[in-house]
Amino acid sequence: MSSQIYKRIRENPRFDELAGKRSRFALLLTAIVLVSYYCLMMLVAFAPDVLRTPISEGGMLTIGVPIGAVIIIGSWLLTGWFVARANGEFDRINEELIREASK
Amino acid sequence: MIKLRQLIGAACLGMAGSLAYAADAVGEAQKQPLNMTAIMMFFVFVLSTLGITYWAASRTKTTSDFYTAGGGISGFQNGLAIAGDYMSAATLLGLSALTFSKGLDGFIYAIGFFVGWPVILFLMAERLRNLGKFTFADIASYRLDQNRIRTFAAFGSLTVVCFYLIVQMVGAGQLIKLLFGLDYPIAVTVVGVLMVVYVTFGGMIATTWVQIIKACLMLFGGTALLYLSLAQFGFSLESMAAKAVEVHKDGIKIMGPGSLMADPVTAVSLSLGLVFGTAGLPHIMMRFFTVPNAKEARKSVFVASGCIGYFFMVVCILGLAAISIVGTNPAYFEGGVVGGKIIGGGNMPVMHLSMALGGNLFLGFMSAVAFATILAVVSGLALAGASAIAHDLYARIIRKGSASENEEMRVTKFATLALGVVAVVLGIAFEKQNVAFLVGLTFGIAASANFPVLILSMYWKGLTTRGALLGGLIGLLSAVTLVILSKSVWVTVLGNAEPLFPYEQPALFSMPLAFFFTWLFSVTDRSERARKEIDAYDDQYVRSQTGVGAAAASAH
Repeated sequence: MSSQIYKRIRENPRFDELAGKRSRFALLLTAIVLVSYYCLMMLVAFAPDVLRTPISEGGMLTIGVPIGAVIIIGSWLLTGWFVARANGEFDRINEELIREASK
Repeated sequence: MIKLRQLIGAACLGMAGSLAYAADAVGEAQKQPLNMTAIMMFFVFVLSTLGITYWAASRTKTTSDFYTAGGGISGFQNGLAIAGDYMSAATLLGLSALTFSKGLDGFIYAIGFFVGWPVILFLMAERLRNLGKFTFADIASYRLDQNRIRTFAAFGSLTVVCFYLIVQMVGAGQLIKLLFGLDYPIAVTVVGVLMVVYVTFGGMIATTWVQIIKACLMLFGGTALLYLSLAQFGFSLESMAAKAVEVHKDGIKIMGPGSLMADPVTAVSLSLGLVFGTAGLPHIMMRFFTVPNAKEARKSVFVASGCIGYFFMVVCILGLAAISIVGTNPAYFEGGVVGGKIIGGGNMPVMHLSMALGGNLFLGFMSAVAFATILAVVSGLALAGASAIAHDLYARIIRKGSASENEEMRVTKFATLALGVVAVVLGIAFEKQNVAFLVGLTFGIAASANFPVLILSMYWKGLTTRGALLGGLIGLLSAVTLVILSKSVWVTVLGNAEPLFPYEQPALFSMPLAFFFTWLFSVTDRSERARKEIDAYDDQYVRSQTGVGAAAASAH
């Protein structure tokens, strides 16, 4: 029975649209997270002095601290964005697809 | 260079949820006097978790309850449990110790071990939930040869579980000796017995709740300690940093990238190897099967990465606070020499910080949390091991699916008991051994044998049984070989002068090998079966994307 459903879902053009959209979105967010992390590592490797710049004149905290915090908090917010979109917009399309296919 | 490697290894182990570094740093530490406060608090924890186990036992009737809590854990609960798996005692101790000695470097390390979680969410969480039932072998053998791939995956899981259990047991024994003043064999036996009780009676429900309680205790303890630390500096991170720079032997250098980051290539590749190793750990993957659907699976990673990110940042601040609070107090150094050896080993700054700011009561609490952490992690491991034995090897391969629910349940109990005995016996046997190599092996095998097969079976249509089997075996063999040639075995265990393989983590090299040969042996596979397996991908793809067919797996 399920093999019939799989076939019907696969033949629905909206399935490709859903899968494509969701995969592209996931890959985009993965790229943002990894690129920002690797940029930080590049700074560490080739321009460590940048990270040693104090935040304020005469202060001890360097901009390395907020940059690191932004990467952690920022990528967490991206997971939030992904979950919101996947559990809302994408899952609605998904449910419609399944409903149409099981008719 | 050796120092650097040790620190990188330490960070790796710390993040990985292993206690090996704790064991390492503690080494032959003298047994401390009995810490009654800590023991009392731990006693309260054990009593309440046993209460939960009693309640969970009444709800653990079927194999599905046992393996995955019947798929009835909510995304939020599962998120806390995943965070609990990742926020180990060694994270608390190792990461704060790294910031304590190296400053900003510790924080940069923490980031490397955090970024894997969002990536796991984006690329894996949904498909894992939609395809999996009880074990990761279910996914790997979804459209491939049931017998061979399932056997391979089950043995991959079991190997990882056994090695990791030994590492945890040895770390637990050393840590408990230090924090509680209990004898090593007693500590290991207590951990083993409690683990068997939780898992055999309470299954995944009890294991999950132990993990959730422990995660909450850890977040609470960390936050309380953060509050107490910040209060010392008028709630100003700037003045905390200023004071740390003033008293640290490296001065202002601690606020920028330092010696630890001198070799960022090693650092980055290590963090990557670790991420994929984590994604290939059977007890982590199992967590995705405990939620009812992909929606909840996604939510759980959101909750987990929030907790993990928060906790990592807190722990780094604690390390910074410890620089001026612990680092200047002769009471925490052996012989009272400030800047000398820290009492209890290099991993102890955050424990001393608890003592300094919260007194013996708070130290007792933090010690109890550390013990609870070990229990939670070994329980998850035992459950993953028991499911590989009972579900994969017994029910699917030996009995070909003809075993009744009762028979399979009985096997889960025996399997858990056997794993408990193995863990305690080997834990005691390895007391005086340096077990760092087992961590390399665990993550190497998880990243090079389990992970490639898993990810390719989900993402690559062309994967065939032959490719998965041969590629996985090559990943396994190369990981084991490289660990043997690395410093932790070649030099430390076998006594040679120089390691033949300069890195501690083999995944960077063994993983590409596994991927390459899996690809090669798959594309050259012209058999009839291979064609069928490739055709079966289309249905699998629809299921992985939409979850059709997956819900039944959970309700069953």
